[in-house]
Amino acid sequence: MKANPAGVLTGAHFLDGDYACGEGAMAAGCRFVAGYPITPSTEVVERISRRFPTMGGTFVQMEDELASMAAVVGASWTGTKCMTVTSGPGFSLMMENIGLAVMMETPCVVVNVQRGGPSTGLPTMVGQADVMQARWGSHGDYEIIALCPQSPQEAFDLTIEAFNLSEVYRVPVFLLMDECVGHMTEKVVIPAADRIDVISRQITDKPPNEYLPYEVKDRPVPDFARAGEGYRFHSTGLTHDKRGYPEMSSECQEVCVRRLLDKILDNVDEIIRYEGEHLDDAEVAVIAYGITARVARMAVQEARQQGIKVGFFRLITLWPFPENKIRALAARVRGLVVPEINYGQIVLEVERCAAGQAKTLSVPHGGGSVHDPKVIIQAIAEVLR
Amino acid sequence: MTETARSPSASTPEHPSAPLLRMERIPHVWCPGCGIGTVVKCFATALERSGLDLDKVSVVSGIGCSGRVAGYMRLDGFHTTHGRAIPFATGLKLGRPELQVTVVSGDGDLVGIGGNHFIHAARRNVDLLVILINNFIYGMTGGQNAPTTPQEARSSTMPFGNFEQPFNLPHLAASSGAPYVARWTCLHIRRLTWAIEEALERKGFRFIEVIAPCPTLYSRLNKLGTGLSEMRFYHDNAKICHGADTRDLGVGFHQEIVCGKFIDEPRPTFLELKDRHYEKQLGDKYVPLPDEGGMIHA
Repeated sequence: MKANPAGVLTGAHFLDGDYACGEGAMAAGCRFVAGYPITPSTEVVERISRRFPTMGGTFVQMEDELASMAAVVGASWTGTKCMTVTSGPGFSLMMENIGLAVMMETPCVVVNVQRGGPSTGLPTMVGQADVMQARWGSHGDYEIIALCPQSPQEAFDLTIEAFNLSEVYRVPVFLLMDECVGHMTEKVVIPAADRIDVISRQITDKPPNEYLPYEVKDRPVPDFARAGEGYRFHSTGLTHDKRGYPEMSSECQEVCVRRLLDKILDNVDEIIRYEGEHLDDAEVAVIAYGITARVARMAVQEARQQGIKVGFFRLITLWPFPENKIRALAARVRGLVVPEINYGQIVLEVERCAAGQAKTLSVPHGGGSVHDPKVIIQAIAEVLR
Repeated sequence: MTETARSPSASTPEHPSAPLLRMERIPHVWCPGCGIGTVVKCFATALERSGLDLDKVSVVSGIGCSGRVAGYMRLDGFHTTHGRAIPFATGLKLGRPELQVTVVSGDGDLVGIGGNHFIHAARRNVDLLVILINNFIYGMTGGQNAPTTPQEARSSTMPFGNFEQPFNLPHLAASSGAPYVARWTCLHIRRLTWAIEEALERKGFRFIEVIAPCPTLYSRLNKLGTGLSEMRFYHDNAKICHGADTRDLGVGFHQEIVCGKFIDEPRPTFLELKDRHYEKQLGDKYVPLPDEGGMIHA
């Protein structure tokens, strides 16, 4: 399906990452946004609240992030594409209803423009310390999808991608931006609507008397029924059977939760996006994401000029983690260098996947600014020593 | 009297509300003497009488004993997280304005953990019918103190009696802006049914508090007898006073319960205000959300 032109601001623009994300959402067909103001994410909803009234969209500023996330899950059950936008402290509050969205298999997009933490931390300054929270922040076992843009252009592109993945897998998808990408202004090219592919959730073609809301047949995701169509379905955050009815048993838990994991894990090759540079002859690889990827690329180029055989691997999809790619990379290089604006989160995944095949070195940064590329170059040299 | 052959179905007639219930899920989880089932019956009867297209009615519940209501109604039903039924329902309503969205949940859920959402939904006047079943206690978790527990009443976490000031719920709703506010008990099945029926015809944030017995916990901890004893208490101590000043509607321990319709004053809903405002501000550029919603297969 192609994008509805009503939401597509075709042309070349000079936009910050927050605005570009808002444009991506509208281009993807998002027509309901609930949010609560928080720096450095607020510009996303400011953009949307200005443009939504001209395209049949509804923005509502809720009383807090608990309510914002709950409203997004509710609105998604009307078949509307929905999003909320926040930063670390609000992301913490959203975890409860992110879990509900996972359990009810509700498509929705959650944007987190990361700032420094913990707690109120550095409200106006960059951080990348919510990546593990994105993976594990709500209680229980589940799989989600998280994408990580490195530029305003990618904030636009990946927001559309986030909606598409969310609709296909009926799962919350996170856009893990960071303050730098959110507030940096660059050229953003928005294509014509007929050049933008958008996907909508599979709606059931069964009549109400044959429909079971959590029955799966030839694909791992159940077909959707909108509220108000006569299906009179039930959905709950409790462990449930294919009718959507609560069933308190370990057998039902296994079937219900296992599928929530497998619908993502069995499709990682379809979901995962990454890019590599200079990896063919690399003795060491730098693995980075978000704004840090741009700093790391600079360091890699400079190290190359110094004659070091260093490659670059950019994580575009953070979750599910590209285990097989990192494992294969670790088998080919002597060292892996992982700079990130936290005290070492994704490096734990890299180390797990490397499993001793390559030496893994964390390049931590507490937040508030990006890395100095020299620190990354030093780490590249150190890991080869 | 003429003898007629009786088919098995004639000897066990279907429950009159069966078409609106998920009979395959019966028996329900509620205790003997609990008031929640009575509220469900009144709600179902009111829906049947309302003439509404029931395919367009959604019921949303939170967590707790009353949170199970959504799971027994044969409607689009959502059993959500603790305290978040109202914001979830807000999303449903704003996503598809033609839906009649109802919230049925308990006191701990809606005004304890969910209190902030309650007052803001009333302030916005979101088009929701909220039926709050007040049993003065957290029942599902074993009888802990609630924001509605009357002073001096015992709960499992106030074993020497509650000393906190409880909410006066009709006053909370009215002062937050709710255009329809009523209170009944589980004894008042006809009046409660009429109130729900009337509220279904109104718009905006409509609030009905239903005082309900919890014989297993509240009554036992407070030596109030069975569910039937509570019904007798309501019979003897409920006073109907329509239009009462909501400031006077606090409920004391084992004291008079003032019932009635206290507020019935329409004011524009969130969606009416939104449309009106943007039409004025943006003129032809404003594209209102269609009643059937901004659905994905437009």
